[in-house]
Amino acid sequence: MATDTHDISVTVNGTPYRRSVEARLLLSDFLRHDLLLAGTHVGCEHGVCGACTVIFDGVAVRSCLMFAAQADGHAIETVEGLAPDREHLHPLQESMRDCHGLQCGYCTPGILMTMKAFLAETPAPDDAQIREALSGNLCRCTGYQHIVEAMKLAAERLRR
Amino acid sequence: MKPAPFRYVAAQTLEQALKLKAEYSDEAHFLAGGQSLVPTMNFRLTQPSVLIDINPLTKLAGMRTSAPDSVRVGALTRYGKLERDPATARDLPLIHEALPHIAHPQIRNRGTIGGNLAHADPASEMPAIVLALAGKLRAQSVRGERWIAAADFFVGALTTALEPDEMLMEVELPVAKPRSGACFLEVSRRRGDFAIIGVACAVGLDEDERCNIARIGLCNAGETPIFAAAASESLVGRQIGKLEIDEAADLVQRAVDPGGSIHASKEFQRHIAGVLTARALNAANERARRGH
Repeated sequence: MATDTHDISVTVNGTPYRRSVEARLLLSDFLRHDLLLAGTHVGCEHGVCGACTVIFDGVAVRSCLMFAAQADGHAIETVEGLAPDREHLHPLQESMRDCHGLQCGYCTPGILMTMKAFLAETPAPDDAQIREALSGNLCRCTGYQHIVEAMKLAAERLRR
Repeated sequence: MKPAPFRYVAAQTLEQALKLKAEYSDEAHFLAGGQSLVPTMNFRLTQPSVLIDINPLTKLAGMRTSAPDSVRVGALTRYGKLERDPATARDLPLIHEALPHIAHPQIRNRGTIGGNLAHADPASEMPAIVLALAGKLRAQSVRGERWIAAADFFVGALTTALEPDEMLMEVELPVAKPRSGACFLEVSRRRGDFAIIGVACAVGLDEDERCNIARIGLCNAGETPIFAAAASESLVGRQIGKLEIDEAADLVQRAVDPGGSIHASKEFQRHIAGVLTARALNAANERARRGH
Protein backbone atom coordinates (compact mmCIF):
# COMPACT_ATOMS: atom_id res chain seq x y z
CA MET A 1 0.00 0.00 0.00
CA ALA A 2 1.39 3.38 -1.00
CA THR A 3 1.96 5.73 1.92
CA ASP A 4 -0.96 8.10 2.36
CA THR A 5 0.31 11.51 3.43
CA HIS A 6 -1.55 14.69 4.28
CA ASP A 7 -0.42 18.30 4.56
CA ILE A 8 -1.68 19.76 7.80
CA SER A 9 -1.63 23.12 9.56
CA VAL A 10 -1.94 23.05 13.31
CA THR A 11 -1.47 25.57 16.09
CA VAL A 12 0.34 24.22 19.13
CA ASN A 13 0.71 26.46 22.16
CA GLY A 14 -0.03 29.43 19.93
CA THR A 15 2.64 28.58 17.35
CA PRO A 16 1.45 27.63 13.86
CA TYR A 17 3.07 24.59 12.25
CA ARG A 18 2.76 23.08 8.78
CA ARG A 19 3.82 19.50 8.27
CA SER A 20 3.26 16.58 5.97
CA VAL A 21 2.12 13.54 7.94
CA GLU A 22 1.40 9.91 7.24
CA ALA A 23 -2.31 9.08 7.71
CA ARG A 24 -1.61 6.55 10.45
CA LEU A 25 0.57 8.89 12.53
CA LEU A 26 -0.95 9.30 15.97
CA LEU A 27 -1.30 12.83 17.30
CA SER A 28 0.86 11.87 20.30
CA ASP A 29 3.71 10.74 18.04
CA PHE A 30 3.29 13.79 15.84
CA LEU A 31 3.76 16.10 18.81
CA ARG A 32 6.78 14.18 20.08
CA HIS A 33 8.58 13.17 16.90
CA ASP A 34 7.61 15.76 14.32
CA LEU A 35 7.32 18.85 16.50
CA LEU A 36 9.88 17.63 19.08
CA LEU A 37 7.47 18.52 21.87
CA ALA A 38 8.34 15.46 23.95
CA GLY A 39 6.64 16.77 27.09
CA THR A 40 3.52 14.89 26.04
CA HIS A 41 4.18 11.39 27.32
CA VAL A 42 3.06 8.11 25.80
CA GLY A 43 2.14 5.39 28.27
CA CYS A 44 -0.33 2.77 27.11
CA GLU A 45 -1.20 3.90 23.57
CA HIS A 46 -4.75 2.67 23.90
CA GLY A 47 -6.50 5.36 25.88
CA VAL A 48 -6.24 3.93 29.38
CA CYS A 49 -3.42 5.76 31.17
CA GLY A 50 -3.98 9.42 30.32
CA ALA A 51 -0.26 10.32 30.09
CA CYS A 52 -0.74 11.69 26.56
CA THR A 53 -3.62 14.03 27.47
CA VAL A 54 -3.51 17.34 25.59
CA ILE A 55 -6.04 20.13 25.20
CA PHE A 56 -7.65 20.00 21.76
CA ASP A 57 -9.86 22.98 20.86
CA GLY A 58 -10.27 23.72 24.55
CA VAL A 59 -11.08 20.24 25.86
CA ALA A 60 -8.82 17.55 27.32
CA VAL A 61 -8.40 14.53 25.02
CA ARG A 62 -6.16 11.49 24.60
CA SER A 63 -3.63 12.31 21.89
CA CYS A 64 -2.93 8.59 21.36
CA LEU A 65 -6.53 8.11 20.20
CA MET A 66 -6.41 10.71 17.45
CA PHE A 67 -4.52 10.93 14.21
CA ALA A 68 -2.31 13.88 13.41
CA ALA A 69 -4.27 14.34 10.18
CA GLN A 70 -7.37 15.05 12.29
CA ALA A 71 -5.64 18.02 13.88
CA ASP A 72 -5.55 19.95 10.60
CA GLY A 73 -6.95 23.42 11.28
CA HIS A 74 -7.22 22.85 15.04
CA ALA A 75 -5.52 24.32 18.12
CA ILE A 76 -3.67 22.19 20.64
CA GLU A 77 -2.18 22.98 24.03
CA THR A 78 0.55 20.80 25.49
CA VAL A 79 2.51 20.90 28.73
CA GLU A 80 5.19 22.99 27.02
CA GLY A 81 2.67 25.83 26.81
CA LEU A 82 1.94 26.04 30.53
CA ALA A 83 4.88 27.99 31.97
CA PRO A 84 4.86 31.67 30.98
CA ASP A 85 8.66 31.80 30.65
CA ARG A 86 11.82 29.96 31.65
CA GLU A 87 11.88 31.56 35.12
CA HIS A 88 8.30 30.92 36.18
CA LEU A 89 6.01 27.94 36.50
CA HIS A 90 2.28 27.83 35.85
CA PRO A 91 0.26 27.77 39.13
CA LEU A 92 -0.63 24.13 38.39
CA GLN A 93 3.05 23.21 38.12
CA GLU A 94 3.97 25.27 41.19
CA SER A 95 1.27 23.55 43.21
CA MET A 96 2.40 20.09 42.10
CA ARG A 97 5.92 20.98 43.24
CA ASP A 98 4.77 22.48 46.55
CA CYS A 99 2.53 19.51 47.41
CA HIS A 100 4.88 16.77 46.15
CA GLY A 101 2.30 15.81 43.54
CA LEU A 102 4.82 13.84 41.51
CA GLN A 103 7.63 11.38 41.94
CA CYS A 104 8.78 9.91 38.62
CA GLY A 105 6.79 12.52 36.71
CA TYR A 106 5.76 10.29 33.83
CA CYS A 107 2.03 10.90 34.30
CA THR A 108 2.47 14.57 35.23
CA PRO A 109 2.08 16.25 31.81
CA GLY A 110 -1.20 14.41 31.24
CA ILE A 111 -2.44 15.34 34.69
CA LEU A 112 -1.50 18.98 34.24
CA MET A 113 -3.36 19.25 30.94
CA THR A 114 -6.39 17.37 32.28
CA MET A 115 -6.55 19.67 35.28
CA LYS A 116 -5.94 22.86 33.30
CA ALA A 117 -9.07 22.16 31.26
CA PHE A 118 -10.97 21.00 34.34
CA LEU A 119 -10.15 24.04 36.50
CA ALA A 120 -11.00 26.41 33.66
CA GLU A 121 -14.49 24.90 33.69
CA THR A 122 -14.74 24.22 37.43
CA PRO A 123 -12.76 26.94 39.25
CA ALA A 124 -13.88 25.95 42.76
CA PRO A 125 -14.07 22.16 42.77
CA ASP A 126 -14.68 19.96 45.81
CA ASP A 127 -12.58 16.87 46.53
CA ALA A 128 -15.02 14.52 44.82
CA GLN A 129 -14.99 16.59 41.63
CA ILE A 130 -11.19 16.67 41.61
CA ARG A 131 -11.02 12.90 42.05
CA GLU A 132 -13.58 12.38 39.28
CA ALA A 133 -11.59 14.68 36.98
CA LEU A 134 -8.39 12.76 37.78
CA SER A 135 -10.01 9.35 37.24
CA GLY A 136 -8.69 9.08 33.70
CA ASN A 137 -5.04 9.58 34.64
CA LEU A 138 -3.03 6.74 36.13
CA CYS A 139 -0.21 7.51 38.56
CA ARG A 140 1.78 4.59 39.95
CA CYS A 141 3.93 6.62 42.38
CA THR A 142 2.01 9.09 44.47
CA GLY A 143 -1.16 7.34 45.55
CA TYR A 144 -2.97 10.44 44.27
CA GLN A 145 -3.36 12.11 47.69
CA HIS A 146 -0.71 14.72 46.97
CA ILE A 147 -2.06 15.33 43.49
CA VAL A 148 -5.50 16.05 44.95
CA GLU A 149 -3.88 18.42 47.46
CA ALA A 150 -1.95 20.09 44.63
CA MET A 151 -5.11 20.60 42.62
CA LYS A 152 -6.92 22.19 45.56
CA LEU A 153 -4.00 24.57 46.00
CA ALA A 154 -3.81 25.26 42.26
CA ALA A 155 -7.53 26.02 42.12
CA GLU A 156 -7.11 28.50 44.96
CA ARG A 157 -4.09 30.14 43.30
CA LEU A 158 -5.84 30.34 39.93
CA ARG A 159 -8.87 32.02 41.53
CA ARG A 160 -6.74 34.84 43.00
CA MET B 1 1.74 -0.19 18.96
CA LYS B 2 1.05 1.72 15.78
CA PRO B 3 -1.86 1.31 13.40
CA ALA B 4 -1.31 -0.50 10.11
CA PRO B 5 -1.26 1.81 7.08
CA PHE B 6 -4.57 3.04 5.73
CA ARG B 7 -5.96 5.74 3.50
CA TYR B 8 -7.47 8.65 5.44
CA VAL B 9 -10.30 10.72 4.03
CA ALA B 10 -11.74 13.66 5.95
CA ALA B 11 -15.30 13.63 4.62
CA GLN B 12 -16.44 17.00 3.32
CA THR B 13 -20.03 15.95 2.70
CA LEU B 14 -22.32 13.17 3.88
CA GLU B 15 -22.74 12.06 0.26
CA GLN B 16 -18.98 11.67 -0.11
CA ALA B 17 -18.76 9.65 3.12
CA LEU B 18 -21.61 7.31 2.11
CA LYS B 19 -20.26 6.89 -1.42
CA LEU B 20 -16.86 5.88 -0.08
CA LYS B 21 -18.42 3.43 2.38
CA ALA B 22 -20.50 1.89 -0.42
CA GLU B 23 -17.37 1.59 -2.55
CA TYR B 24 -15.09 0.05 0.09
CA SER B 25 -17.76 -1.73 2.17
CA ASP B 26 -16.22 -3.63 5.12
CA GLU B 27 -12.74 -2.47 4.11
CA ALA B 28 -13.68 1.06 5.21
CA HIS B 29 -14.52 2.27 8.69
CA PHE B 30 -16.15 5.49 9.76
CA LEU B 31 -14.09 7.44 12.27
CA ALA B 32 -16.26 9.34 14.76
CA GLY B 33 -14.79 9.87 18.25
CA GLY B 34 -12.39 7.01 17.69
CA GLN B 35 -12.30 6.12 21.37
CA SER B 36 -13.08 2.44 20.70
CA LEU B 37 -11.87 2.18 17.11
CA VAL B 38 -8.42 3.73 17.48
CA PRO B 39 -7.32 1.48 20.38
CA THR B 40 -8.23 -1.57 18.28
CA MET B 41 -6.29 -0.04 15.37
CA ASN B 42 -3.29 0.60 17.63
CA PHE B 43 -3.40 -3.08 18.61
CA ARG B 44 -3.89 -3.92 14.91
CA LEU B 45 -7.00 -5.87 15.78
CA THR B 46 -8.72 -3.62 13.23
CA GLN B 47 -6.93 -2.80 10.00
CA PRO B 48 -9.23 -0.82 7.73
CA SER B 49 -7.98 0.03 4.24
CA VAL B 50 -9.83 3.31 4.32
CA LEU B 51 -10.74 5.48 7.28
CA ILE B 52 -13.58 7.90 6.58
CA ASP B 53 -13.38 10.69 9.14
CA ILE B 54 -16.89 12.05 9.70
CA ASN B 55 -15.82 14.63 12.30
CA PRO B 56 -16.01 17.46 9.74
CA LEU B 57 -19.74 16.65 9.27
CA THR B 58 -20.77 18.77 12.23
CA LYS B 59 -24.47 18.62 11.27
CA LEU B 60 -24.44 15.06 12.57
CA ALA B 61 -23.94 16.41 16.10
CA GLY B 62 -26.55 17.76 18.48
CA MET B 63 -29.81 16.97 20.18
CA ARG B 64 -33.14 18.14 18.79
CA THR B 65 -36.80 17.66 19.59
CA SER B 66 -38.41 15.47 16.94
CA ALA B 67 -41.91 15.15 18.41
CA PRO B 68 -43.54 16.35 21.64
CA ASP B 69 -42.42 13.18 23.37
CA SER B 70 -39.12 12.31 21.71
CA VAL B 71 -35.69 13.70 20.94
CA ARG B 72 -33.16 12.76 18.33
CA VAL B 73 -29.49 12.67 19.22
CA GLY B 74 -27.14 12.96 16.25
CA ALA B 75 -24.54 10.23 15.85
CA LEU B 76 -21.63 12.66 16.18
CA THR B 77 -22.88 14.11 19.48
CA ARG B 78 -20.02 13.86 21.94
CA TYR B 79 -20.65 12.61 25.45
CA GLY B 80 -18.88 15.65 26.85
CA LYS B 81 -21.49 17.85 25.15
CA LEU B 82 -24.38 15.74 26.47
CA GLU B 83 -22.90 15.94 29.96
CA ARG B 84 -22.76 19.74 29.82
CA ASP B 85 -26.20 20.16 28.21
CA PRO B 86 -28.99 20.81 30.78
CA ALA B 87 -31.50 19.26 28.35
CA THR B 88 -29.93 15.85 28.98
CA ALA B 89 -30.88 15.81 32.66
CA ARG B 90 -34.38 17.07 31.85
CA ASP B 91 -35.24 14.90 28.84
CA LEU B 92 -32.92 11.91 29.15
CA PRO B 93 -32.35 11.41 32.89
CA LEU B 94 -31.26 7.80 32.39
CA ILE B 95 -28.45 8.90 30.07
CA HIS B 96 -27.60 11.82 32.36
CA GLU B 97 -27.10 9.43 35.25
CA ALA B 98 -25.09 6.94 33.19
CA LEU B 99 -22.69 9.40 31.53
CA PRO B 100 -20.21 9.68 34.43
CA HIS B 101 -19.82 5.88 34.30
CA ILE B 102 -18.79 5.93 30.64
CA ALA B 103 -14.99 5.86 30.66
CA HIS B 104 -13.24 9.08 31.72
CA PRO B 105 -13.70 12.80 31.06
CA GLN B 106 -11.06 12.88 28.30
CA ILE B 107 -12.72 9.93 26.54
CA ARG B 108 -16.17 11.50 26.87
CA ASN B 109 -14.87 14.77 25.42
CA ARG B 110 -14.16 12.91 22.21
CA GLY B 111 -16.41 9.84 22.22
CA THR B 112 -19.74 10.01 20.40
CA ILE B 113 -23.08 8.34 20.98
CA GLY B 114 -23.19 7.06 17.39
CA GLY B 115 -19.73 5.53 17.55
CA ASN B 116 -20.53 3.93 20.90
CA LEU B 117 -23.76 2.40 19.57
CA ALA B 118 -22.30 1.26 16.24
CA HIS B 119 -19.38 -0.36 18.08
CA ALA B 120 -22.02 -2.40 19.95
CA ASP B 121 -19.87 -3.57 22.82
CA PRO B 122 -22.24 -5.54 25.08
CA ALA B 123 -20.27 -4.31 28.11
CA SER B 124 -20.87 -0.69 27.16
CA GLU B 125 -23.54 1.38 28.89
CA MET B 126 -25.25 3.19 26.01
CA PRO B 127 -26.43 0.16 24.02
CA ALA B 128 -28.20 -1.16 27.15
CA ILE B 129 -29.77 2.26 27.77
CA VAL B 130 -31.01 2.69 24.21
CA LEU B 131 -32.44 -0.83 24.40
CA ALA B 132 -34.08 -0.09 27.76
CA LEU B 133 -35.62 3.09 26.32
CA ALA B 134 -36.78 1.24 23.17
CA GLY B 135 -34.89 3.75 21.05
CA LYS B 136 -34.90 3.78 17.27
CA LEU B 137 -31.81 4.20 15.14
CA ARG B 138 -31.66 5.78 11.69
CA ALA B 139 -29.28 4.28 9.20
CA GLN B 140 -28.43 5.88 5.88
CA SER B 141 -26.60 4.70 2.79
CA VAL B 142 -26.42 5.66 -0.87
CA ARG B 143 -29.45 3.36 -1.28
CA GLY B 144 -31.63 5.33 1.11
CA GLU B 145 -32.47 5.40 4.79
CA ARG B 146 -34.27 3.17 7.28
CA TRP B 147 -35.17 3.10 10.95
CA ILE B 148 -34.08 0.15 13.06
CA ALA B 149 -35.57 -0.63 16.47
CA ALA B 150 -32.94 -0.99 19.19
CA ALA B 151 -34.20 -4.54 19.80
CA ASP B 152 -33.20 -5.41 16.22
CA PHE B 153 -30.02 -3.32 16.10
CA PHE B 154 -27.72 -5.20 18.47
CA VAL B 155 -27.34 -8.65 16.93
CA GLY B 156 -24.15 -9.88 18.62
CA ALA B 157 -20.97 -8.87 20.38
CA LEU B 158 -19.59 -5.90 18.41
CA THR B 159 -22.15 -6.68 15.70
CA THR B 160 -25.11 -4.57 14.59
CA ALA B 161 -27.81 -4.79 11.96
CA LEU B 162 -26.06 -2.06 9.96
CA GLU B 163 -25.24 -3.13 6.40
CA PRO B 164 -21.63 -2.59 5.24
CA ASP B 165 -22.63 0.52 3.29
CA GLU B 166 -24.75 2.12 6.04
CA MET B 167 -23.93 4.88 8.48
CA LEU B 168 -25.70 5.31 11.80
CA MET B 169 -27.10 8.85 11.59
CA GLU B 170 -29.02 9.42 14.82
CA VAL B 171 -30.93 7.76 17.61
CA GLU B 172 -34.47 8.68 18.61
CA LEU B 173 -35.33 8.36 22.28
CA PRO B 174 -38.48 9.05 24.31
CA VAL B 175 -38.24 12.05 26.65
CA ALA B 176 -38.96 11.51 30.33
CA LYS B 177 -42.65 12.05 31.07
CA PRO B 178 -44.22 13.35 34.28
CA ARG B 179 -44.67 10.54 36.81
CA SER B 180 -41.77 8.62 35.35
CA GLY B 181 -38.47 7.74 36.97
CA ALA B 182 -35.20 6.35 35.75
CA CYS B 183 -32.10 4.98 37.39
CA PHE B 184 -28.76 3.76 36.15
CA LEU B 185 -26.42 1.79 38.40
CA GLU B 186 -23.30 -0.18 37.74
CA VAL B 187 -20.53 -1.97 39.57
CA SER B 188 -17.01 -1.78 38.20
CA ARG B 189 -13.57 -2.46 39.61
CA ARG B 190 -12.46 1.13 39.17
CA ARG B 191 -14.21 4.33 38.18
CA GLY B 192 -14.48 4.45 34.41
CA ASP B 193 -13.78 0.77 33.84
CA PHE B 194 -16.25 -1.34 31.95
CA ALA B 195 -19.03 -2.49 34.24
CA ILE B 196 -19.03 -5.91 35.85
CA ILE B 197 -22.77 -5.43 35.46
CA GLY B 198 -24.78 -2.29 34.73
CA VAL B 199 -28.55 -1.86 35.02
CA ALA B 200 -30.71 0.78 33.34
CA CYS B 201 -34.32 1.08 34.59
CA ALA B 202 -37.17 3.31 33.51
CA VAL B 203 -40.54 3.24 35.26
CA GLY B 204 -43.79 5.09 34.59
CA LEU B 205 -46.73 5.31 37.00
CA ASP B 206 -50.42 6.07 36.50
CA GLU B 207 -52.66 8.20 38.75
CA ASP B 208 -52.99 5.34 41.25
CA GLU B 209 -49.23 4.86 41.35
CA ARG B 210 -49.56 1.65 39.41
CA CYS B 211 -46.77 0.89 37.02
CA ASN B 212 -47.87 1.45 33.43
CA ILE B 213 -44.46 1.04 31.87
CA ALA B 214 -41.26 -0.60 33.01
CA ARG B 215 -38.10 -1.18 31.01
CA ILE B 216 -34.99 -2.87 32.35
CA GLY B 217 -31.77 -3.10 30.34
CA LEU B 218 -28.42 -4.55 31.34
CA CYS B 219 -24.86 -4.22 30.11
CA ASN B 220 -22.10 -6.83 30.27
CA ALA B 221 -24.80 -9.41 30.91
CA GLY B 222 -24.53 -11.43 27.69
CA GLU B 223 -23.42 -11.46 24.05
CA THR B 224 -25.53 -8.38 23.39
CA PRO B 225 -26.99 -5.70 25.64
CA ILE B 226 -29.92 -7.38 27.39
CA PHE B 227 -33.54 -6.25 27.62
CA ALA B 228 -35.11 -8.09 30.55
CA ALA B 229 -38.57 -8.51 28.99
CA ALA B 230 -40.17 -10.85 31.53
CA ALA B 231 -38.95 -8.79 34.48
CA SER B 232 -40.14 -5.55 32.85
CA GLU B 233 -43.57 -6.97 32.03
CA SER B 234 -43.97 -8.44 35.52
CA LEU B 235 -44.20 -4.93 36.96
CA VAL B 236 -46.86 -3.50 34.64
CA GLY B 237 -50.27 -2.99 36.25
CA ARG B 238 -48.93 -3.31 39.79
CA GLN B 239 -47.91 -0.92 42.52
CA ILE B 240 -44.20 -1.47 42.86
CA GLY B 241 -43.29 -2.64 46.35
CA LYS B 242 -40.69 -4.94 47.83
CA LEU B 243 -42.44 -8.10 46.60
CA GLU B 244 -42.65 -6.85 43.00
CA ILE B 245 -39.06 -5.65 43.06
CA ASP B 246 -37.73 -8.95 44.39
CA GLU B 247 -39.73 -10.84 41.78
CA ALA B 248 -38.39 -8.65 38.98
CA ALA B 249 -34.81 -8.99 40.27
CA ASP B 250 -35.25 -12.75 40.27
CA LEU B 251 -36.51 -12.68 36.67
CA VAL B 252 -33.55 -10.50 35.67
CA GLN B 253 -31.14 -13.03 37.15
CA ARG B 254 -32.75 -15.68 34.95
CA ALA B 255 -32.63 -13.46 31.86
CA VAL B 256 -28.91 -12.63 31.96
CA ASP B 257 -26.15 -14.79 30.58
CA PRO B 258 -22.92 -13.09 31.63
CA GLY B 259 -19.62 -14.32 30.32
CA GLY B 260 -17.57 -14.22 33.50
CA SER B 261 -13.99 -12.91 33.61
CA ILE B 262 -11.00 -12.70 35.93
CA HIS B 263 -12.76 -9.77 37.62
CA ALA B 264 -16.05 -11.53 38.32
CA SER B 265 -17.39 -15.04 37.90
CA LYS B 266 -20.66 -15.62 36.04
CA GLU B 267 -22.33 -16.40 39.34
CA PHE B 268 -21.14 -13.16 40.89
CA GLN B 269 -22.25 -11.18 37.83
CA ARG B 270 -25.68 -12.80 38.03
CA HIS B 271 -25.87 -11.96 41.73
CA ILE B 272 -24.90 -8.34 41.05
CA ALA B 273 -27.51 -8.14 38.28
CA GLY B 274 -30.21 -9.01 40.81
CA VAL B 275 -28.94 -6.65 43.50
CA LEU B 276 -28.54 -3.71 41.13
CA THR B 277 -31.94 -4.34 39.53
CA ALA B 278 -33.62 -4.20 42.93
CA ARG B 279 -31.80 -0.99 43.87
CA ALA B 280 -32.38 0.66 40.49
CA LEU B 281 -36.07 -0.27 40.39
CA ASN B 282 -36.56 1.05 43.90
CA ALA B 283 -34.88 4.35 43.02
CA ALA B 284 -36.71 4.69 39.68
CA ASN B 285 -40.06 3.98 41.38
CA GLU B 286 -39.40 6.51 44.14
CA ARG B 287 -38.39 9.12 41.57
CA ALA B 288 -41.56 8.44 39.57
CA ARG B 289 -43.68 8.79 42.73
CA ARG B 290 -42.08 12.13 43.40
CA GLY B 291 -43.09 13.03 39.86
CA HIS B 292 -39.58 13.77 38.70
